[in-house]
Amino acid sequence: MRDAYAKNLNAVHIDNLSVYYGQTPAITGVCLDVHDGEYLGIIGPNGGGKSTLLKAILGLVPISAGTVQIYGNNTNKKTALVGYVPQFVILNRKFPISLVDVVLTGRLKQGLSPFFTFTQKDKEKAFEILEKVGLLSLANRQIAELSGGEFQKMLIARALAVNPRLLLLDEPTASVDAVSREQIYSLLSELNKNKTIILVTHDLLAVSSQVHSLACLNGNLIYHGEPELTENIVNNLYGCPVDLIAHGVPHRVLRDHEEEKTVD
Amino acid sequence: MIKALFEYQFLQNAFLSSILASVVCGIIGVIIVEKKLVMMSGGIAHTSYGGVGLGYLLGFEPIIGAFLFSICAALGIGCIKRKSSTHTDVIIGLFWSLGMALGILFIALMPGYPPDLSSYLFGSILSVTKADLYLMISLTFIVVLVIIVLFNDWKAYLFDEEFASIIGIKTAFLEYLLLVLIAMTVVVLIRVVGIILVLALLTAPAASAGMLTSNLKKRMLYAVIFGNIFCLAGLWISYKINIASGASIVILSIICYFLLYTLRFIFKLRPYSHRQD
Repeated sequence: MRDAYAKNLNAVHIDNLSVYYGQTPAITGVCLDVHDGEYLGIIGPNGGGKSTLLKAILGLVPISAGTVQIYGNNTNKKTALVGYVPQFVILNRKFPISLVDVVLTGRLKQGLSPFFTFTQKDKEKAFEILEKVGLLSLANRQIAELSGGEFQKMLIARALAVNPRLLLLDEPTASVDAVSREQIYSLLSELNKNKTIILVTHDLLAVSSQVHSLACLNGNLIYHGEPELTENIVNNLYGCPVDLIAHGVPHRVLRDHEEEKTVD
Repeated sequence: MIKALFEYQFLQNAFLSSILASVVCGIIGVIIVEKKLVMMSGGIAHTSYGGVGLGYLLGFEPIIGAFLFSICAALGIGCIKRKSSTHTDVIIGLFWSLGMALGILFIALMPGYPPDLSSYLFGSILSVTKADLYLMISLTFIVVLVIIVLFNDWKAYLFDEEFASIIGIKTAFLEYLLLVLIAMTVVVLIRVVGIILVLALLTAPAASAGMLTSNLKKRMLYAVIFGNIFCLAGLWISYKINIASGASIVILSIICYFLLYTLRFIFKLRPYSHRQD
């Protein structure tokens, strides 16, 4: 069944997309197809348009030129196909709401629903997701009491409550500790079994070990393909050599190349 | 005062309008504080002064003028904020002073002696009329109804507007609706504490309640209770020592807020203190 979808239906189809903020171009001429079931990482420097691309896919910013389609639909038509995990720095972490209530907002109906109450089924679904992301014991905590990692996992749980086929994440591992980071990545690869995932990240190490394909964005699309970074791409992307080899990490991001001396 | 309350119609009106005012300021105040719309509310309140002036100039009920002007200000600020990239505080500042200036202009254009506007600027709860009261009752009813009916949508919108819009909730509509509700709240509060002092009643009860609970519904409820205490006690003080009611309500609210703040500081009574790890 997956094959039938993959053959004629891309999860995301972006054709010649440009987004301008006033006179300033954020992204220009981006063409990108994401297959159903793909796990795509998007990297690029700050201001390279990564978040703008996500927002264009979500229909949150006006598109200046080109088209974006999600499973064949235009983005202005709201469908429950997309789950979104924003950068958590933009949210009010003191807001008076409990963890399970945040997850339940993902179960709200489209439009406005007067006198809406969550059904037993909604609640069961929310608790099922909380168990999956490992937050079940914290369900009734106020969000102000959560750690950064717990807060981030809560946002993933909320996105999953929509029951999406496509999951978009904007830097989910920024400012969380190493343990939470590992948990988030293993959760994502678990979710990738039946969902398409697009992950925007600064985490270059994650990119080569986790994602199945890679897009590099700096105003326009510099590279799209296998998650194997060459020095050429990275230099093009960041404009300067970037330290891609972290100490104590068992694999390297860069392939070996000639001028490199063996270092330990 | 209890005996006088049964005797005098004006005291009964004052009592009822205090309760109405605390209900709206509790509910909308919590939203304003969480959504950081305090200055927006100040702008809407001050713009309504233009309506008061227009009412006097054209000879209709000034509170109706205030109502129309504050609704227009709410929609105007909301619209400009959405359509352009101008900073919201700039637009708020412009509306704020334009409203005040129009009020002054309209009053100056009025033939004859200028009326005493201090009851609109600083409130005069003891002069609330039957007509004012009917307007206040209907506005309070609308505000409470709209918040309760759409409570779950409001919660999603207030916590994360972007996410709410992605899952298809009509956030643009909710934003305008919220601004209109703020405008209605301002009109209810004008007779109690006045245009200039509205901000105190919108923030003090909500901020005090925020120190006690981190549950949205409870916070609204506590804010309503706080508002009631502040308004009625302020009314009693003003009756006893014969000072302006608006001023006594506002001073009392703010003293209570700082008292609570100090107590919390001393006893470390933080709403989030039951964290286990």
